[in-house]
Amino acid sequence: MDGLKRGGFGDDAPRGRARFRAWKQGLAFTALRFAALINCLALAVIVCFLFANGWKAISWSFITQPPVNSMTQGGIFPCIVGTFLLSLGAMAVALALGTASAIYLHEYARPGLLVKAIKFGVNNLAGIPSIVFGLFGLAFFVTWFKFGVSLLSGILTLGILILPILIGSAEEALAAVPQSYREASLALGASRWQTIYGVVLPAAAPGILTGAILGVGRAAGETAAIMFTAAVYFIPHLPGSLFDQVMALPYHIYVLASAGTQIDLTRPIQYGTALVLIVLVLGTNLAAILYRAKLRR
Amino acid sequence: MFPFISSRIIAPEKGEAAVRARCPDILTGKGFLGSRKKDVVVRLLLFATALLSLLILAAILIFLFVEGAPILKRVSVGAFLFGKEWYPTFEPPSFGIFPLLAASVGVTVLSTLISAPLGVMTAIYIAEIAAPWVRNILKPAVELIAALPSVVIGFFGMVVVAPFLQETFDLPTGLNLFNASLMLAFMSIPTICTISEDAIRSVPGDLREGSLALGATHLETILRVVIPASLSGISTAAILGISRSIGETMVVLMVAGGAALIPESVFDPVRPIPASIAAEMAEAPFRGDHYHALFALGVILFLFTMIFNMIAAYIAGKHKQVGAATL
Repeated sequence: MDGLKRGGFGDDAPRGRARFRAWKQGLAFTALRFAALINCLALAVIVCFLFANGWKAISWSFITQPPVNSMTQGGIFPCIVGTFLLSLGAMAVALALGTASAIYLHEYARPGLLVKAIKFGVNNLAGIPSIVFGLFGLAFFVTWFKFGVSLLSGILTLGILILPILIGSAEEALAAVPQSYREASLALGASRWQTIYGVVLPAAAPGILTGAILGVGRAAGETAAIMFTAAVYFIPHLPGSLFDQVMALPYHIYVLASAGTQIDLTRPIQYGTALVLIVLVLGTNLAAILYRAKLRR
Repeated sequence: MFPFISSRIIAPEKGEAAVRARCPDILTGKGFLGSRKKDVVVRLLLFATALLSLLILAAILIFLFVEGAPILKRVSVGAFLFGKEWYPTFEPPSFGIFPLLAASVGVTVLSTLISAPLGVMTAIYIAEIAAPWVRNILKPAVELIAALPSVVIGFFGMVVVAPFLQETFDLPTGLNLFNASLMLAFMSIPTICTISEDAIRSVPGDLREGSLALGATHLETILRVVIPASLSGISTAAILGISRSIGETMVVLMVAGGAALIPESVFDPVRPIPASIAAEMAEAPFRGDHYHALFALGVILFLFTMIFNMIAAYIAGKHKQVGAATL
């Protein structure tokens, strides 16, 4: 303001304007800092809230016992087992397919229309909502392949859902392997595949593994994709084969919290289940993030 | 002796005997030539696997269409898209998805209005201003937000945000369009933030230095140089954020309220498309009209997200920042 008033009086005007600009910058940066803070706060609030309410429900028997008294008491053991089977199964499917696709795209394919088309497919697959994967799983695996609502249908549906994540991270990992490794191996007389299998893959393995861990985390928290294909509200025994239905943590939370019959009575179980789920998911993700940070260093 | 001597170097007709004598495995199928053959097989297998992504995408499209199309025998396209009544279980049922469409659009627009500014601002902060140690905390935090399962966010919206909204604004229900938008915004911030940050980071440093050298402040540099230079990346980020919120299911299923009515205020309970599919599929008779209608909703969702993703890819590809020259 100072500068504006004194308008034409030499040196003071630019100094006043400079002060105003500095002030404006301070204000804007505070706003930016505040925006970043809001995100962190929201994350902290959600996590702390679930810990504060959930830890009371957690006990040894909560984790190791099945539900009793029409879900109002007991534990969530079958859900934990179901989520483990679903997410690890999906990871295995996607790891095999994703690594193979990435090897082709990165090591063999020459740039061209076909590679563009495949990349288009991968990118779009990554953007499809999980409920659409659920519908596809229902029409394709459950109905067409007659797998029924089963562990297998769920694993395959989740597998193709996390496939783009695995392809992406495997490609990134392959790209990070120095070209000189390949040249050295080829110069020693190894064939292309021997080079990839013996040299490139071992070097890229940690990066591919990071993607696999992220994929497990994603699959474990996924609800919409398994609600028509694998998950059921209650099943009295643990899955004995790939064609059994399963209970799963995310679906358990959803059913108890919004579709169940005794929503208020089961609230502690809901908190406990949600806590177990986020510990599982955030734990795997944190592990992947830290591991990746270590790799990049 | 040297297994890498290929048959091309020693002409087969003259050199085969020599090669055989020197290096027996070369021509027996166990050594070099054998691994060549294996190479071709492996290559084919890998190619087939890579093609799988494209095939899956095609299969999704085909199966959704096959299961969704029969509803058009029952109602016309116009009546389906613009019909104002969604009563699939009534007798006779009516399959007008306009209320669901309006709910999806409403929720998505409102959530983007919240998440785009917040996400971009966070990205600018992380990329341009934050000290390295702050960045090292913020970036993983944003990634963890992306990792939160949607069912947990929906649960939080139900048990915490809904009662809070209900009391604060004195509403009949806290499960409404506004609550769903808030939760969706929180979910799409990581998408927007990460992609914008990459775009901002890819702006060459000499542009910033040039601007600062001309006497611009850091803020002026950000507003007039860095943001315009990364605008295509930021818009890609926003579009992908939109596409993420349109398809997000569990949050809108749990906190949007579930009423299939055209919203008149932001505090009305609504039923976006994904919520409708998720809530009704279990009770829809197999291959009945309702079942086909839900698959048709899936087709609409698929097309929506696919179009948004393609626009995003187009913008990202067309305005790719290559050095300072394209500015």
